[in-house]
Amino acid sequence: MAEDSVKLLGYWASPFALRVKWALKLKGIQYQYVEEDLPNKSPMLLQYNPVYKKVPVLVHDDKPLAESLVILEYIDEVWKHNPLLPTDPYERAKARFGPNLPKTSKKGEEKEKAAKEARENLKTLESGLEGKRFFGGETIGFVDIAAGWIGCWAQMTGEIIGIKLIDAKTMPLLDAWFKDFLEVPFIKECMPPQDKLLEHNKEFHKILTAAST
Amino acid sequence: MASSAMVTANQLIIMEELKLFRTWSSPFALRVVWALDLKGIQYDTIFEDISNKSSLLLQYNPIYKKVPVLVHNGKPLLESLVILEYIDETWKQTPLLPEDPSERATARFWAKFGDDKVLPSIWNVFIKQGKDQEEAIVTAQENLGFVERQLTGKKFFNGETIGLVDLAFGWLANLLSVLEEVCGATLIDHEKFPLLLEWIQNFAYAPIIKESWPPRDKLITKYQAHHEVYTSKEAPK
Repeated sequence: MAEDSVKLLGYWASPFALRVKWALKLKGIQYQYVEEDLPNKSPMLLQYNPVYKKVPVLVHDDKPLAESLVILEYIDEVWKHNPLLPTDPYERAKARFGPNLPKTSKKGEEKEKAAKEARENLKTLESGLEGKRFFGGETIGFVDIAAGWIGCWAQMTGEIIGIKLIDAKTMPLLDAWFKDFLEVPFIKECMPPQDKLLEHNKEFHKILTAAST
Repeated sequence: MASSAMVTANQLIIMEELKLFRTWSSPFALRVVWALDLKGIQYDTIFEDISNKSSLLLQYNPIYKKVPVLVHNGKPLLESLVILEYIDETWKQTPLLPEDPSERATARFWAKFGDDKVLPSIWNVFIKQGKDQEEAIVTAQENLGFVERQLTGKKFFNGETIGLVDLAFGWLANLLSVLEEVCGATLIDHEKFPLLLEWIQNFAYAPIIKESWPPRDKLITKYQAHHEVYTSKEAPK
């Protein structure tokens, strides 16, 4: 497919744009990447995603699509090789359910509570890895791509708020999976520079906690 | 049970074990009821009492401990929108989603928007008072504005027939007016939301859909109790 027909609006530090980059990379889809200068959102972004005004937005044959998990399913349906979702309906349902963990509260002063909830969610996520290398089995699948950012971001959040969220003792499968996943070449290629990301997330955290007091 | 010599393939499918755990009022469980009924699928219903959940429900849904749970041949499925997609993929008659990937993606987007934004913003109107409620109304109406525009030139969100997005927004057709009545705020009127109001009529009285609405008076009582809890916590501003 011609590169001009697929365009991705993203942001270098967005984990959700990263999901889409990974999916496009996995399927070898050529695309034009447009880096948005958040918070100076381009008119194009606002036109393509008037509802949320956020990245990622995938534009295919001039049709814009927002919401990363919806975009992943779309990519999987249009480009059928290297499938993200399994074929069996029950397995597909489990995969769709995978990234939908209960949302955790973010308030700064409820740090311990948020950390506890986050760990519970991670434990639940981990149960999907029993006996498997990746959530998708031997190969990377939908849940790997949807949840992959968590390893990196959880580690950074842990550093920023001073609480360790994932460790090899309490979540051995998840810990192993993150390491494995982040070493896969095409996954690694798309990751933003870690030091830059840590600084960015620290700033973001400051803004978040200031806003909630 | 009919002997295997007499059973056709269709009947075998119907005889598969399908159980839906629901409550009488859950709008999320109602989506699953509609999907199964629209497709003419046979199933058993187990009504749960939320204050006294059955051990079976807790076994099938230890994470959320919520309804709906659909159990198909012993395998539990959670999350109403995930369940709807499963139903659509397993039983192909009366499809809920269109064939075209772009249209499917659009449908998924709006269904998600309903749950992520519309519902919480309307709930916010319901639980707030005074100035907070006024601000909440503005947000809720902005969200509803997007929904209204999706109905331009269409009878249902899915076009001529009911589909996934209609089921996802179905709660607007019965619960919205209950919430409005209990909290005293009007969110949709004929001037700003003519298409939505028309859709509500079309959907509420559609065949199959109209058979399953929970009793309105019971819903009023239930949400009045909720409202009292929320508004007694806050002083009006």
